Amino acid sequence: MSVDRATVFRIARLARIAITDAEAERLESELSGILDWVAQLDELDTADVEPMTRVEAMTMKMRKDEVTDGFCAADIVKNAPQEDDHYFVVPKIVE
Amino acid sequence: MTDLTDLTIADAREGLAAKSFSAVELAEAHLAAIRCANRALNAFVLETPERALDMAKQSDARIAKGEAGALEGIPLGIKDLFCTKDVRTTACSHILDRFTPPYESTVTANLWHAGAVMLGKLNNDEFAMGSSNETSFYGEVVNPWRREGSDAPLVPGGSSGGSSAAVAARLCLGATATDTGGSIRQPAAFTGTVGLKPTYGRCSRWGIVAFASSLDQAGPIARTVRDAAILLGVMASHDPKDATSADLPVPDFEAAVGQGVKGLTIGIPKEYRVEGMAPEIEALWQQGIAWLTEAGATVKDISLPHTKYALPSYYIVAPAEASSNLARYDGVRYGLREPGTDVLSMYENTRESGFGAEVKRRVLIGTYVLSAGYYDAYYLKAQKVRTLIKRDFDQAFEGVDAILTPTTPAPAFAAGEKSGDPLEMYLNDIFTVTVNMAGLPGISVPAGLSSEGTPLGLQVIGRPFDEETLFRVGHALEDAAGPMAKPQDWWSKS
Repeated sequence: MSVDRATVFRIARLARIAITDAEAERLESELSGILDWVAQLDELDTADVEPMTRVEAMTMKMRKDEVTDGFCAADIVKNAPQEDDHYFVVPKIVE
Repeated sequence: MTDLTDLTIADAREGLAAKSFSAVELAEAHLAAIRCANRALNAFVLETPERALDMAKQSDARIAKGEAGALEGIPLGIKDLFCTKDVRTTACSHILDRFTPPYESTVTANLWHAGAVMLGKLNNDEFAMGSSNETSFYGEVVNPWRREGSDAPLVPGGSSGGSSAAVAARLCLGATATDTGGSIRQPAAFTGTVGLKPTYGRCSRWGIVAFASSLDQAGPIARTVRDAAILLGVMASHDPKDATSADLPVPDFEAAVGQGVKGLTIGIPKEYRVEGMAPEIEALWQQGIAWLTEAGATVKDISLPHTKYALPSYYIVAPAEASSNLARYDGVRYGLREPGTDVLSMYENTRESGFGAEVKRRVLIGTYVLSAGYYDAYYLKAQKVRTLIKRDFDQAFEGVDAILTPTTPAPAFAAGEKSGDPLEMYLNDIFTVTVNMAGLPGISVPAGLSSEGTPLGLQVIGRPFDEETLFRVGHALEDAAGPMAKPQDWWSKS
């Protein structure tokens, strides 16, 4: 088992997903199974291999640093669960 | 009117130009077919009949004025991963089930600009995470194909299961789809349709709900190789809004169809002969080799030694990128919100309730492999393995023009058959995932029926940005295989 129960709860908290004890139990074995299986990559010596970034060499394009969009606040908040006067409303963070 | 739904895109284009029927008649025939079929197949998660008829009317007007676009009046289904302006787009997730984008994806914008007609939004695995369309918040899609002598439901493949089922069942002439590890080619193989994943960068990812950004590509599912070429010609474009979009001219893909395979060398990778592969898949592969040889191609054995590492490295890269991409679903800016006692519990409750089990599993794996101290051991390692996989292909392409493999290790399986074990489900993508890891183009073409009477597909893999060779080889296979059988219509109910 590469992942124990405490680790499952720790990563669920990092991922901001609430989980129950029953789910944690199931995830413990599922995640361990997947991580044990991907461990076969350790067979490969990749010390001198560059990580892949692109399928073909391509230089990243630059564009002028200028405003290309905007003045659409109503569109941006249109799908918000709660909004007020073009602001997103969230639970109180600072008392 | 029912035969209007059985046309290819190429035939429909001709019929519309000759005014044998109107775009409105073509759209109506498909809308009627969807109404009769969707309860049984669940391929569409949203039908847009009014929009379809309105677009078709405009197409008829343009045809009358001699201003028809490349896809004028062609009725299509759109995978629900593509944002469509003012039309609900959900990625088939509860967390987005009330999301209506105020913008249009580049790929669909290209389609509408060419005159295509939208019939509705197609079902898929939640956030495109799945190989059977069983993880959709809107329920499973049923494959129009059944095993001979059985009425047990089969899966249509995934994640583009709505796209493949709708095209196979004659509910649309073609569909958009996306492919991160096989999500276009595997469902195409399971439904007797043609599916093409273009080279990474060929189609813009702008406006497509992101799963794993370094792997995701949009592509078509259609009933013939020519139709797939017609669709890709419109879907592909250089788009400054996607920094990874390739600034290359879009070739005339349709012109490649029918050019034959004389003079081409086709590689046969020995590593794709995996343990436990069904004998009929091996036989199909040999049949494909024989067809291409008869058509004038030279066949050559090749080796892609890192093949077995593609799937395990994929299950690091894809979940890692998914966990980053899906961090945006926090109940603040759009989508579902579940209340909590504070902001943190609001996030946790929203994501607990909004995501399904497979999405949570992948987000958690991704969070784990990216968490402090693990980045080098997992994500960086997997990206290095991608270089090795890519290098295998680069070396092979020094001696061959394309590579022929089976698309899947087995035909369509029954609903529920593999949903108990995530690893078993992942193994479905064993032949397709290498292509995404290396960023290459791949096409799946129907090549015959299994002993159960269900479709089987062959995959052709090409050099970067050489989709034209895939269309040549794919068409040669299609030609040799002869007319593909149609699934028996058991789903239509008026």
